[in-house]
Amino acid sequence: MKKLLNTLYVTTEGASLRKDGENLVAEVESEERARVPFHMLASVVVFGGVYVSPPLIQALAARGITIVLLDRAGRFQARIEGPVSGNVLLRRAQYRVSERPTDIVRSFVSAKVANQRTVLQRSLRDYGEEMAVGLRSRIEAVVDRLAGILRRVGMTDLDVEALRGAEGEAAFGYFSVFGSLIRVTDPEMQFGGRSRRPPRDAVNAVLSFIYVLLTHDCRSAAEAVGLDPAVGFLHRDRPGRPSLALDLMEELRPVLADRLALSLINRRQLRPRDFETQDGGATLLTDDGRRTVLTAWQDRKKEERQHPFLGETAQLGLVPYLQAQLLSRHLRGDLDAYPPYIWK
Amino acid sequence: MPAITAPELDEPIPLSALQHAVYCLRQAALIHIERMWEENRFTAEGRVLHDTVHEAADHRRGAVRRVSAMPLACRRLNLAGTADLVEFRDGPDGETAFPVEYKRGKAKLHRADEVQLCAQALCLEEMTGRAVPEGALFYATTRRRVGVPFDAELRRLTEQVACDFAALIAAGATPPASYRADRCNACSLIELCRPKLTRTSAAEFRRRAIAASLADAPGGELP
Repeated sequence: MKKLLNTLYVTTEGASLRKDGENLVAEVESEERARVPFHMLASVVVFGGVYVSPPLIQALAARGITIVLLDRAGRFQARIEGPVSGNVLLRRAQYRVSERPTDIVRSFVSAKVANQRTVLQRSLRDYGEEMAVGLRSRIEAVVDRLAGILRRVGMTDLDVEALRGAEGEAAFGYFSVFGSLIRVTDPEMQFGGRSRRPPRDAVNAVLSFIYVLLTHDCRSAAEAVGLDPAVGFLHRDRPGRPSLALDLMEELRPVLADRLALSLINRRQLRPRDFETQDGGATLLTDDGRRTVLTAWQDRKKEERQHPFLGETAQLGLVPYLQAQLLSRHLRGDLDAYPPYIWK
Repeated sequence: MPAITAPELDEPIPLSALQHAVYCLRQAALIHIERMWEENRFTAEGRVLHDTVHEAADHRRGAVRRVSAMPLACRRLNLAGTADLVEFRDGPDGETAFPVEYKRGKAKLHRADEVQLCAQALCLEEMTGRAVPEGALFYATTRRRVGVPFDAELRRLTEQVACDFAALIAAGATPPASYRADRCNACSLIELCRPKLTRTSAAEFRRRAIAASLADAPGGELP
C-alpha cells in the first residue's frame, strides 16, 4: 500500500521554516522545534504569519512537495508547487467526461447520502436511548427521508440537475437534525444550522476548519494521480474553485469530517474557550483549538478501515488518494463506473 | 528478413522504455504514456543516479576505444537513448561496436535487459553501417559481464516490442490489465496498475453497496 506521507501543519505565529540538508527545520525564536526529512513529506500547510525561506521553497518545489499558505482563519491564500506534469491524456478524458458527468455524479451523490444517513444511524444506535422521544423520531424521519433519496439516486435515471437537487435536499435534511447529535449542553456549543463564510457558531467553525483540511487532501490526491483539480463533475466549474477536489470530498465529509467534529465536541476535547467570536458574529477556533483539531485529524487519518471496493485495509488518510486513483482508472477506461466510498 | 518499420511518431521512443515494454505493455504504458507514476517513483531514483552518472567520455585501452554515455538513435525503429558504454574493438577491416549496459541487481529470467541492449545494437548498426554481432550486460550485484549474442530471434523480439510499443504510444491508449501472478506480484507498479481491478464491475459494486446500505430501510418500493 502506498505510504501515507505526512502533511506538516505549522500553526505557530512567528515560526520560521528553513532547509537543512535533506530536512525541513521549524524554528520558533531561534529554537529548533521540529525536523522532518523531505522524503517523509507530502505537503506543508502554513497558517498565518510564518516565514518560509527561499531555499526551502525551492527544495520543496523540486521534490513535488506542495506548500499551502492559509490565513489564521484557515482561508486559502496561495499554493506553491513545482512543475505540474499530470497526464495530458487523462486530463483530456476528464474534460470530455465532465461534459456528460451523470454517472460519476450518481456515484458521488449516492455515497454522500448513504454516508450522511450512516452518521445519523450511528448516533441513534449509540445514544438513541438517551434522546428525548420527539428528537429521536425527528432524526428517524430524516434517516427515512435519506433512504428515499438514496433509492431515487441509486436506482433510477436522474439527470445531473436532478442529482444535484437530490444532494441539496439530503444536505438540508441532514443538517436540520445535525445539531441534535451534539450531546453537550453548553449554550456556546449548539448548532444553529449550517453557516459558512463566516461560520457563525462554534460547531460551524469546527466543520469549516476540517473541511479546509479535507479539501487540501482531496486536491493533493487529485494532483497526485494527474487529474485537474479545477474541473469537476458534481460542482460546476468556477475560476479559482477546486471543483474536483470538492467532488471527491463530498462522499468523505460525513465520515472523515462530520464525525470527527461531533466527537471532538461531545468528548469535550473542544470547549467554549477554544473559540473566539469576532465583531460581526464570525466564530473562529483559537490557536489552541486549532491545535486540538489538527492533532485529532492526524490521528484519525492513521486509523485503518477495509476499503469497500478494493477489499484491502487502508488508512483513512489514504482514502482521498485511492478514490482519485479509482476515478482516474474509470476515466481511462479500466472501470465501467466510479466506485463510490460507501461507509458501513 | 524484411526490415520492420515502426509507426511514425513525433518523438523517438526512449531505449530504456523497451525493457518495460518487454516485461508488460501495460506497465510500459503506465510509465511512459500516463507518466504520473514515473513522477513518484522514478524521479527520486533518477536524482540519485544522476548524481553519479558518468560524463560522456572517450578513451582508449589497447585495441579497444571506449565511449561512455554515447548518444544513440535508430530512425527505422524511431528509437533514441544513451548507451552506458560502447567499446569499439579494432579488427582487420575496422572497428566493431560492442555495447555494454550496466544494470543494478543481477541477471533476470525474462529478456528485458537483452532487448534493451539489442536495441542499442540496432542503433549502432544504423549509425555505423557495420554489423554489431554481440554485446554484454554488466550486473552490479554479481560484478560480472554476461555476453549477449544478437541472434535472429533476439532481433525479431526487439523489433516487435519496439513496434508494439510505438503503436501504443500512437494510440495514446493503456491496454487493460491481465493478471498473471508470476509477473504481476514482482511488479513494483502493482498498486498503481491494480491488475485484478478490471475484472470487477464498479457499476455492479455500486448497485450492491447502495442496496446493502438500504437493507435496513423500511419499504422496498421505488419512489
